[in-house]
Amino acid sequence: MIEVEHLSKKFKDFTAVNDISFKVQPGELFALLGPNGAGKSTTIKMLTTLLKPTTGKLSLNGHDVVKEQDKTRQSFGIVFQDPSVDVDLTAYENMELHAVMYHIPSPQIKERIKDLLTMVELWDRRDNLVKTFSGGMKRRLEIARGLLHHPKVLFLDEPTLGLDTQTRNLLWDYVGNLAREKEMTILFTTHYLEEAEANANRIAIIDHGKLITIGTAEELKKQTKTDSLEKAYLELTGKQLRDEEVSLGEAWRERHRSRNMR
Amino acid sequence: MSVIFILWLRQIKKYLRSKSRIVGAVGQPLLFLLALGYGLGSVYKAAGRGDYLQFLVPGIMAQTVLFSSMFYGAMIIFDRQFGFLKETMVAPVSRLKIMLGGALGGATTSVIQGVLVFIISLGLGFRPHNWGFALLALVFMSALAIGITSFSSGIGSFVQDMQGFQAINQFLVFPLYFLSGALYPLDHVPAWLRIIAEINPISYTVDAMRWSMLGVSKFGIWHDCIALALTLIVLITFGAIRFRHIEA
Repeated sequence: MIEVEHLSKKFKDFTAVNDISFKVQPGELFALLGPNGAGKSTTIKMLTTLLKPTTGKLSLNGHDVVKEQDKTRQSFGIVFQDPSVDVDLTAYENMELHAVMYHIPSPQIKERIKDLLTMVELWDRRDNLVKTFSGGMKRRLEIARGLLHHPKVLFLDEPTLGLDTQTRNLLWDYVGNLAREKEMTILFTTHYLEEAEANANRIAIIDHGKLITIGTAEELKKQTKTDSLEKAYLELTGKQLRDEEVSLGEAWRERHRSRNMR
Repeated sequence: MSVIFILWLRQIKKYLRSKSRIVGAVGQPLLFLLALGYGLGSVYKAAGRGDYLQFLVPGIMAQTVLFSSMFYGAMIIFDRQFGFLKETMVAPVSRLKIMLGGALGGATTSVIQGVLVFIISLGLGFRPHNWGFALLALVFMSALAIGITSFSSGIGSFVQDMQGFQAINQFLVFPLYFLSGALYPLDHVPAWLRIIAEINPISYTVDAMRWSMLGVSKFGIWHDCIALALTLIVLITFGAIRFRHIEA
């Protein structure tokens, strides 16, 4: 469903992604792990047409990601690491906007929105402005929105960051169901290794832009002769701390957050 | 429903929900009308030029549309900072449609602002010479608004923060506005100022506005229309090309 062949991305002299190759099967829950700045987000950006690869081949749902951008875009849904809903619109309006941009036939729009908002338990709040929502509610809305056009592939970039345990469990139950019952292919990143261990069929670990290893949690533990995924992960990536270049949007929010706290 | 329509509607809804934006964008022109209209009115009259308020109102309407439309570019920067831009960037629609939908929405709200200023001016004693011709001002305001929102979309697509955006406003748009003849007649100005005014597209918009409201024109209405049409084409092309390279 997803094929990555010899993918590289260079920014001037810095190589963010260095000759990565892997395949994700239909219906698979696939985890992409790695320290900050390892190249996870850059890889996802290239897979989702937000960045052009320097070299390499990408295919998603049978479409060439670089040459068939719109067909690729129609095939995946994504929940970004940072919120990407319009807070000045209502939950319903955010969904409707997405439905129109993804060419969902008008007669089906209302029913699909109702089903998904009911599922994430936001149907009663559909006419509230999103700025009144908590972080968890926004994340649920984004998941519902990402599924609205029935994507074949779902990208989740740190989907549980900052969520409480209840919401996290609910999210993984739901995502697991999507993969099993709807045969949706799901690629996610996370820093919570127990989530990857509990939910992913296979795990890829990348660091310094390179793919270090790929396999089931059991295989990774066996490979490193450790008894938990966390130990295996630290064995493979080392204990050194990493710096990460932040995107402009993140930097701006960070600045304002610290200003508000002062 | 089409993509352009829903993106247009988004801008309209956001505008109508932001009372502070409506009030703020009318407040500045009102200040200009009061401070300049009353402040300079007597000097203008003493110089034998007649009623300054009549002269000023079409210029202030153009100013309102110009600055509201420039503000649309800031909306794109906010969309980037609050993450919504990414949602549109991964959608299977052409960048041109995304640019046009938003720009048309921004243009509509700017024209509404211009009309609000017109209504306030009526309260201050302004009267168009002919109501039928005054309606044509809507056409000129729309042309200016669509041109400038396309331009500011292009700017917003590569300027990364509000500071950079403000710099372009200060060094490009403000000078063009002040040198356009919106605030004073261009009849007896020094030659350098007249030349700048004659290559400045804002001058032609202001002149066309004055023609529709007062029935007088410096450059001639056909000149104005041609200049406005050319400006519109150049600005939309600029916006469309820049917006194609936008990165979330």
